[in-house]
Amino acid sequence: MKLILSPWLKKCCPAFFQNAGSGTRPDPASPDQADGLDPRRAIHGPRHPDSEERPDARRRFLRDALALTGAVTLGGCDKLSETDWAPKVLGSATALSHAAQRALSRNAMAREYSEADISPVFRPNGSTDPQSSEYRALAANGFHDYRLNVGGLVAHPLSLSLEQLRALPNRTQITRHDCVEGWSVIGKWTGVQLSRVLEMAQPTKAARYAVFRCYDAMDDGSEYYESLGFDDAYHPQTLLAWELNGKTLPIPNGAPLRLRVPRHRGRQRRLLGRPGLPVVRRHLKEWARSGCCEKSGHGRPWWIGRTDDRLR
Amino acid sequence: MASIPEDTLPPRAGPNEAARPLHRVIYRHTLPLRIMHWINAICLLILLGSGLQIFNAHPALYWGQRSTFDRPWLSLGAIQTRDGKLHGVTAIGTHRFDTTGWFGVSKVNGQSTVRGFPAWATIPGPQWLAMGRAWHFFFAWIFVINGVCFFAYALWTRHLTRDLVPTRRDWRGIGRSILDHALLRHPHGEEAARYNVLQRLAYLVVIFFFGGGVVLMGLAMSPRMDSVLGWLVDLVGGRQSARSIHFLFAMGFIAFFLIHIFEVIVTGLGNNLRSIITGRYAINAETRDETDT
Repeated sequence: MKLILSPWLKKCCPAFFQNAGSGTRPDPASPDQADGLDPRRAIHGPRHPDSEERPDARRRFLRDALALTGAVTLGGCDKLSETDWAPKVLGSATALSHAAQRALSRNAMAREYSEADISPVFRPNGSTDPQSSEYRALAANGFHDYRLNVGGLVAHPLSLSLEQLRALPNRTQITRHDCVEGWSVIGKWTGVQLSRVLEMAQPTKAARYAVFRCYDAMDDGSEYYESLGFDDAYHPQTLLAWELNGKTLPIPNGAPLRLRVPRHRGRQRRLLGRPGLPVVRRHLKEWARSGCCEKSGHGRPWWIGRTDDRLR
Repeated sequence: MASIPEDTLPPRAGPNEAARPLHRVIYRHTLPLRIMHWINAICLLILLGSGLQIFNAHPALYWGQRSTFDRPWLSLGAIQTRDGKLHGVTAIGTHRFDTTGWFGVSKVNGQSTVRGFPAWATIPGPQWLAMGRAWHFFFAWIFVINGVCFFAYALWTRHLTRDLVPTRRDWRGIGRSILDHALLRHPHGEEAARYNVLQRLAYLVVIFFFGGGVVLMGLAMSPRMDSVLGWLVDLVGGRQSARSIHFLFAMGFIAFFLIHIFEVIVTGLGNNLRSIITGRYAINAETRDETDT
């Protein structure tokens, strides 16, 4: 360590070595002390450890060190964030986090709260009022023409209206919603367990993930999607919800139907519809790539993003 | 090779002290500790910068399970006056402070911008939540792994029990040590070869209370981990409390960092830096006599 660092340090910050020499017994064989080549030394005699040039050197070193640290960390992190490879390296920790969380939490249930804990206002986030003509038409008709379509790797593709969904056994839970931004709200949700819908559709053996296509638009107007592993998809608290705090789900909160996964931080997961819910073999890693890590879109991780032609 | 003139040598020890040299170099920090120290320093710097970036996505803190949006205990907000000027307003409880330029409103590329912490303090600089999270969670893993390695190493080599846990004598001298620190009278000579009692306590608090606490509070913010750490979330009063405490621990690290750097400078920057880079630390008994007389 020392051998590698020393020549570099000596070159970059001589002050480091000036100070380091003080207080030690000089070794006649040490080149640090014994080089008689410094012109100042030749004129003014040997440099004493307590000579007055030390504070200057020290200050210079400190200033350089601070400037260097600042530039390397902040500027460096900004530059790295813009590269192709650094976000991928950083993102590799996500796989580790997922594996650790899966191993530790398995099928544990999210905390359920009492009526008294419910937030006075369930703060909406993300797109609060989708403007596509298709969505506007559905909303104008009270979502009577809405269909949840389940396709892909399933034995029985489904197309369910809200009435059909409501007729299924449903579940009400008061759970906390944690936004990726950091705030939390608590609300009472009523809906059907996603596992029931999946059981009706009977995914094939190859299926591993459910993909949710949403009416929410990304910043560039393209369609938003998320994918969910089957361990979360079959969790008893994972709901397709149509009711919030005992009332029909309002548009800002995700009408007509919203995915609730209480053990996930909730970002949008709302307004699924259209030919939604294809059940697929793999996460949409490659499809998400186009939407990953772009600045305007806040650089999303790969399991959410915007769909492209391959999915349409 | 030139010979050393006599006057560059430190004064000779008196005949009665000949057995113990006044100036000697000890090997203070072992290589694994030095490596772990610097990994930790880099992790903390990046975790802090990216943490402030994440904080900026919703620059307000609450107590309890849910956010009481109209009553944060801390918020870095902004108001616009009639002339169109933006003012940064930091609110702590009911107290409001104009912190334009620092908190709430600061310049980004010369433009006054509404943001909690200024761009120079966040990673990355521009508002970019997902990238901040990517940095944060990657270095959180390294921080945790490094911390576990440190703990195992410190136990195994007795660094923890020998160097960090205060001795009985340390506890007895705590009053004097506080006074000495307040007067910036630092241990010299042989006393500087070991950590003093305040140093030991500071390291223990930072490593186990701040370090352990910041990780636990980070985990308590994860909705998935909450399904198994519900007791911990309840212990601190809820997920929003966990977020607040996580933030306070981070502020604690900044406080420690400032004191740490200050002490490193005033007790001999060169010597201290050398010891945490090369391991070698110079003991200068002569200086002690000078200060004491």
